[in-house]
Amino acid sequence: MSARIPSGTRDVLPEERAELRRIEAALLGVFSDSGYGEVSTPTVEYQETLQRAGATATPVSYRVLGEPGEELALRSDMTVPIARVASSRYRDAEMPLRFCYVALAYRAVTPHRGQPREFLQAGVELIGAEVISGCAETLTVLCRAIEASGLKDFYVGVGDSALYPSLLASCGVDPDASETVLKELGDRDYVGIDRELRALDIAVDQIDLLTKVPRMRGAEVLSGSLDPALDSAVSSIRDLVGSLEPDVAARMIPDLGRFPRMGYYSGVVFEVYDPRLGEPIASGGYYADLLGRFGMPVGGVGFAIDVDLLHAALAGEERGETGR
Amino acid sequence: MNRFGLTIAVPRGALLGGSLDALDRASIDTSEIRSNDRKLLFADVGVVTMRPSDVPTYVEAGAADVGITGKDVLMEYPERQIFELADLNFGECQIVVASEDGPDKAEAALLRLGVMRIATKYPRIAAEYFEQSGRQAEIVTVNGSVELAPLTGLADAIVDLTATGITLQENGLVVREVIATVTARLVANRVAHRLKAVAIEEFASLISAEPNAQATKA
Repeated sequence: MSARIPSGTRDVLPEERAELRRIEAALLGVFSDSGYGEVSTPTVEYQETLQRAGATATPVSYRVLGEPGEELALRSDMTVPIARVASSRYRDAEMPLRFCYVALAYRAVTPHRGQPREFLQAGVELIGAEVISGCAETLTVLCRAIEASGLKDFYVGVGDSALYPSLLASCGVDPDASETVLKELGDRDYVGIDRELRALDIAVDQIDLLTKVPRMRGAEVLSGSLDPALDSAVSSIRDLVGSLEPDVAARMIPDLGRFPRMGYYSGVVFEVYDPRLGEPIASGGYYADLLGRFGMPVGGVGFAIDVDLLHAALAGEERGETGR
Repeated sequence: MNRFGLTIAVPRGALLGGSLDALDRASIDTSEIRSNDRKLLFADVGVVTMRPSDVPTYVEAGAADVGITGKDVLMEYPERQIFELADLNFGECQIVVASEDGPDKAEAALLRLGVMRIATKYPRIAAEYFEQSGRQAEIVTVNGSVELAPLTGLADAIVDLTATGITLQENGLVVREVIATVTARLVANRVAHRLKAVAIEEFASLISAEPNAQATKA
């Protein structure tokens, strides 16, 4: 009987590995040309280090028993290890810092649903840059890198995770009630959002606005005239998209309802969609506080491309499948 | 394909009629689906039909852009990453705890043995419900005819979906607790939700329109 491997892991054989290698090389080529230096960090870290990212960050799923007394864990992404590297080795360096990586990361999955526990990510972190220009730079690198891999048809959903919470606050919704609405928004349960909003003791036109905003998405969101309360709330997304080169801007899909349930993102967030795939192939965003947790009070912005999903997207495009 | 360019997952079974009525409101031709209960894929109108519990699977994977299914299914599979867009206000049912008429055997089991046996098609919903109310329940998953379980001694009570209560009544069961009231929901794939935003919003507003709100209440 042959030995098995855990559900959610797989062996990569030469034919596939060669294709993945070509994709990695294309991505790293763009990262490098854009001034990002490649780094490697340990696959296992102290659990305490990874958990500094906070309770809402991607949970550490695999704990490893080290030498007696050592609590180690497998990294769930590369953003936290790079924050650690920056804070320990580049504390006094001139900002901004530019790092890139191709690395394996580990997450818990529901068994036997075809989700990977171990997955290959390629990405960048830009540390200590100004928010809008930093996001514009990484979004440009993201699009150029995916284009270099050969993928033609893809879109980038751009949201602002601070938008809806600040809109709730400006409508006078108290923090506890906001939390309830935000939980439904994180699940994208519009029936739940509407139910929670109707239960609020606020003006009818404010309920209308709060009901409408999470549904607003698509290029036309920024072109139409907006409610004054909303107009200032979308300024970060509008400024960002406005500062991009036209061909990059054309890929952007503003999404006012985007509110990631988990993570250290605190402002602009983005996700890459391929019309042939049911799930995003890359995601990223701006984080204001992560480095502060390592004693380096600067913000950062980064993204991670799921290399296996990008590979699947390329294979779909090659087969000439139409975007359903 | 329909004029929205959307692949629509439609549930067979109790929700089929209401779902097709909803599609009619969006001017999608449902006559072939109504006349053919064996065919599963209706490419001309962009409709795929399946068991209600499979709808979240197809929509999550993007094999369908949008779908209709019961809130009970969404509650049972909360890990599915799909967006719940609208309450379609038909197919109203209750998820209930029911046991044999007379003294409640489940309550007796809980008192004397500290645990009750519950048969259900909804192991997640049942386990969470009893956990929340601090009661020990041993969940027995069955795939159909749940009403049989208390009658044969497989379980002390059941957690199941009921619309009219007739099936429960005919099997000598009474409702002890109502866990939730559920209706049909419109769900969407998260990528399609962004990339086909205009089509999905139009489709959602058309099928959510309720010309027969009175009939739903009856």
